[in-house]
Amino acid sequence: MDIARFKHDDECTWRLPATGRMCVPVVIYASEALIRQMDDKVGEQAANVATLPGIQTASFALPDAHWGYGFPVGGVAAFDAEAGGVVSAGGVGFDISCGVRTMLTGIARAEVESVRRPLADALSRDIPAGVGATGSVHLDDPEMDAMLRGGAAWAVERGFGVPADLDRIEERGRMAGARPETVSEQAKRRQRDEMGTLGSGNHYLELQEVTEIHDEDIARTYGLRRGEIVVTIHCGSRGLGHQVGTDYMREMNLETAKAGLTLPDRELAYAPIKSALGQRYLGAMRAGINCALANRQILMHLARRTLAHFLPGRDFQLLYDVSHNTCKVERHPVAGRERELHVHRKGATRAFGPGHPEVPSDFRAVGQPVLVGGSMGTCSYILAGTTRGDERAFSSAVHGAGRAMSRHQALRRWMGRQVVDDLAAHGITVRCPSSRGVAEEAPGAYKDAAEVVEAAEQAGLAQRVARLVPVICIKG
Amino acid sequence: MNAGRSERAEVWTNPSRDAVEFAGPSCGPSDPPAIAKSEIAGFEPRRSNPLAPTRWEHFPHEADVGIRGIGTTKAEAFAQAALALTAVVADPVTIRPMETVVVTCRAPNDELLLVDWLNALIYEMATRKMLFSEFAAEIEPGGLHGWACGERVDVARHRPAVEIKGATLAELRVGRGADGRWCAQCVVDV
Repeated sequence: MDIARFKHDDECTWRLPATGRMCVPVVIYASEALIRQMDDKVGEQAANVATLPGIQTASFALPDAHWGYGFPVGGVAAFDAEAGGVVSAGGVGFDISCGVRTMLTGIARAEVESVRRPLADALSRDIPAGVGATGSVHLDDPEMDAMLRGGAAWAVERGFGVPADLDRIEERGRMAGARPETVSEQAKRRQRDEMGTLGSGNHYLELQEVTEIHDEDIARTYGLRRGEIVVTIHCGSRGLGHQVGTDYMREMNLETAKAGLTLPDRELAYAPIKSALGQRYLGAMRAGINCALANRQILMHLARRTLAHFLPGRDFQLLYDVSHNTCKVERHPVAGRERELHVHRKGATRAFGPGHPEVPSDFRAVGQPVLVGGSMGTCSYILAGTTRGDERAFSSAVHGAGRAMSRHQALRRWMGRQVVDDLAAHGITVRCPSSRGVAEEAPGAYKDAAEVVEAAEQAGLAQRVARLVPVICIKG
Repeated sequence: MNAGRSERAEVWTNPSRDAVEFAGPSCGPSDPPAIAKSEIAGFEPRRSNPLAPTRWEHFPHEADVGIRGIGTTKAEAFAQAALALTAVVADPVTIRPMETVVVTCRAPNDELLLVDWLNALIYEMATRKMLFSEFAAEIEPGGLHGWACGERVDVARHRPAVEIKGATLAELRVGRGADGRWCAQCVVDV
């Protein structure tokens, strides 16, 4: 990105003042190296978001930002309904509530080594993944609606997990305000056979080793110990969320055109929060969040069962579950006054700091766990939300390494088999039905997660707690 | 349907079954794609035979994939765009045309019609667990009747790389180039 137009507030803060139709400035949090790596489209898209009605404080882009549709991925924007604020399907994205959950196992890395291959094979068999995969849970109409209202709480009631899991999930596992009647029949049909499936692309289930502790006190509070294994799942709301995004993106686009509004980018189409369409979208999007929470809950249950077979007698406790693509109603200070805002996080993680009432009581003294995914061959991180994060970007932090190159570039550079062999040589076992999928997701196609989280820490968005490296990776 | 006012693309099979990759200029609409500014240096798109009057190709997007269909008629361009959609998931030549699915769409303009057509195919792929390799479309003002022919996903044979979440409005264009050929394109979220 050309940084000439930006003011350099501090080491990791780049500000583009509001000009023209922009209501607020753009603020990008990144090191100079990271912002220079970003495509110009990131700045352009963040500036477009800054033109939307009712936006508050700034249009933010985080250190892992890359170019998306309408909104940049790694973007945060908050809107005040009382100031004519809007909600945008493009500001949430197609994979509603795509997110990450991490489960503690108490298992030492050495114990996994003794069962590495059969465990990888069993996980690959037991976790439905990839194109065309179906889950073992099939929902009829009443159960579909119950799932869309209940989220992970629904899954626990059906035997997938234990009630204690819900204490470690945003919204305690159930997003309030979901309205299944605002979700199309097509969306529900797409989900009917996809509950408890991982998906494909950058979604994965990994066994990871905690290799480095950055903050001993917080790590102890989270239950993280060096040399132990955690299980991390990255996936979202599957076909239902994708269809909700498709349906409402189309409707918002038509309504925006009907209202005679000209947008710099059609993917910015929106509806006023207080409009009937805005309210319907919020109801459907919240149902999509519950779908994602239920899906990750089922997947964790399946992983627990397989792990318990190989390594019995352990306590597999959920550390936390975060969502990336959401719009949530939260209270944040704006110009010194606390206001109720609709915070869009597209490819960004909520990161409440110490003392926030939404943080589970076990963690409230240290802040919310922020789970940052890497790629198959690079490290992932666990961070903690900061108090300062509220004023920096409405308590938001990075969600992953972010792609450094397109899928096509990756395909031209790597062969799937070679990637798998190279990773095996580095102690990482990969199971994936598609060699092309592996090549497209090659570790080198992603930015360095270490650089991203370091920039997030320097910017005051979150602080590093632990570093994780993959041991077994199951991909779709 | 008024057949006289509609245009129809015949069922199409990939003209270059070896799916050769070529560098060089892409489709030739009079309004060139706005991606040029963000084009990644050294990128060579996946595409079918660039000498064929009807063809498909992919264009770059940082995290996702741009798909483009080119044809002598709008309907052919739509059918080619559908083939480009399939090629995001798997090599079309591995997919046998065993079963036909009919799709109908209504939209107020050509661009939304393209998105609706592609999203209807994504829906059929997702719910039927199928992949398609042959497409035809019949377009009349405000609507489209389409056909997609393929088979159920066979992971071992198709080696599918990735699911498609949806066709987006990003880089969305339907138009005629200076050479008279039609181009239909957008980015798909994977």
